[in-house]
Amino acid sequence: MPYLLIAPTILLELLVHFLPMVAGVVMSFYSLTLFTLHHWSTAPLAGLANFRLAIDFNGPLGSALLHSFEITVPYTILVVAISWGIGMVAALGLTAEFRGRSWLRSVLLVPYAMPIYVAVIVWSFMLQRTTGVVNTFLVGDLHLLRNPPFWLLGNDAFWSMVAAAVWRWFPFALLILLASLQNISNELYEAAAVDGAGAWRRFRAITLPSIRGANLVLVLALFLWNFNDFNTPYMLFGDAPPSSADLISLHIYSVSFESWNFGLGSAMSVLLMIFLIIVSMIYLRVLRRGGEFNV
Amino acid sequence: MSPMFESRAARWFRRVTLALIALFALFPVFIILESTVKPLVDVQNTFQWIPSHVTFSPYAQIWQTIPLLHYFTDSVIVSVSSTAIAVVFATFAGYAISRFEFHGRRVFSLAVLSTQMFPGILFLLPLYLIYINIGQATGINLYGTFLGLIITYLTFALPFAVWMLAGYFSSIPRDIEEAALVDGTSHWGSLFRVVLPVARPGIVAVAVFAFMTAWGEVLFASVLTTSSTRTLGIGLQEYATQGNTDWNQLMAAAVVVSLPVVVGFLALQRYLVRGLTAGSVRG
Repeated sequence: MPYLLIAPTILLELLVHFLPMVAGVVMSFYSLTLFTLHHWSTAPLAGLANFRLAIDFNGPLGSALLHSFEITVPYTILVVAISWGIGMVAALGLTAEFRGRSWLRSVLLVPYAMPIYVAVIVWSFMLQRTTGVVNTFLVGDLHLLRNPPFWLLGNDAFWSMVAAAVWRWFPFALLILLASLQNISNELYEAAAVDGAGAWRRFRAITLPSIRGANLVLVLALFLWNFNDFNTPYMLFGDAPPSSADLISLHIYSVSFESWNFGLGSAMSVLLMIFLIIVSMIYLRVLRRGGEFNV
Repeated sequence: MSPMFESRAARWFRRVTLALIALFALFPVFIILESTVKPLVDVQNTFQWIPSHVTFSPYAQIWQTIPLLHYFTDSVIVSVSSTAIAVVFATFAGYAISRFEFHGRRVFSLAVLSTQMFPGILFLLPLYLIYINIGQATGINLYGTFLGLIITYLTFALPFAVWMLAGYFSSIPRDIEEAALVDGTSHWGSLFRVVLPVARPGIVAVAVFAFMTAWGEVLFASVLTTSSTRTLGIGLQEYATQGNTDWNQLMAAAVVVSLPVVVGFLALQRYLVRGLTAGSVRG
């Protein structure tokens, strides 16, 4: 009976996740290019050639991959940290009872309810050089800058991505944090208040430890999603982003489909996955100590 | 923090911070809505806060400018089908995890969750080749068809759905169910007549997430669809990055495609929070 119940899920996950993952790892050891793709079963074995090409940081492909990685790391850290921060502040603010609270909660969740591509497209519109509201506000209304910047070209493109991604992800952090904050009993806070603990003390000593489990998973999920983020740069720039916005998923995508070199693309993906697994394991191992947590 | 120890200063600090965050959240929404009632000249020149005149024609024109109805229909077919199937399969699997002890139960739950960690880009290329090969070998076309996309999105929604429903079912006391079992109802019977009605909030939450996943997906759609199966994300992306975009029309399209999910999400958010809490309580 239980096996019958889980069979459909197992079959589908095998087909769409595990089989392709194994195939991806296998492909990374083969020379799969435009010429061999149609007769993939006879493609020549490449050994570690694809990996060597990917991490040869003096060669053009390797240095481009390294550059993309160096963009993706700060991008992910910024988006996760800012989204979490805004989400936490909003969640704490919403735990108090006040008129219009549930209305406000709905308002704050709207960016997350929208499809990702709509969220990114509206930022693209707002950041247009002449027709966008951001430059009108900064240059025309506030006179903070003399020349309107090109937000979607050059180095500023990075910050445009961060803004769009934070806007879309902070409501998710809010949703999860709000759900877990509701489980903290008021008695703990009352006891702390009697002891004379200030707001910051209460936050550190009661709030954070109480939501530790949910928080741990939330930060990890945000990290993994944003490190693998394809949508933000793709919706803003298509498959030719400015170099400051060349996030790693889009980079691998472009390398694979521009040159049809699937072997190299797979090798890069495998390296990405190994990196993510190592980071996740270190994260869980370090933070798991001293606290019970459930996945 | 709880309100009873809140000083006046803290209360004002909270109000101002929440107002600023709300402004940040709503400002782009305001820009979308405002742009849809602007004539084309207004969005082609320097941005103006006030429309030169109010028009609703972008809402009419966008259906001609791009095949929006076609994209919309494709997205509805794919999202509704994958959501419906995901809910059924996740209910079965979640029920199995929460109610049965069986070999491989832990491995199964962990394996399902671990799929969330894979970079999409890693299995995109092989999946594309696998779908093409399945088509050549069996004649069942998964590349460029709705079926392929439905199956793909289904598996994106399943891990989270299974995890959440397993948690939800575990929070339902077994007593009710055992009473039914004693009365001679089968496991299937008790699942459908006893457990499911109680678990409705969890199931609704799972359905909303599954629908949003499919409705908003771009990466796999960009590779697995052809012009006859284009979904909304790709259709709008093509129009947004092509160069001479009529932004008032694109924003009208944004409203049209966001409305179903935003309304659905906000209407059901209570269920979502409850479903999430139940899911995370479980071990």
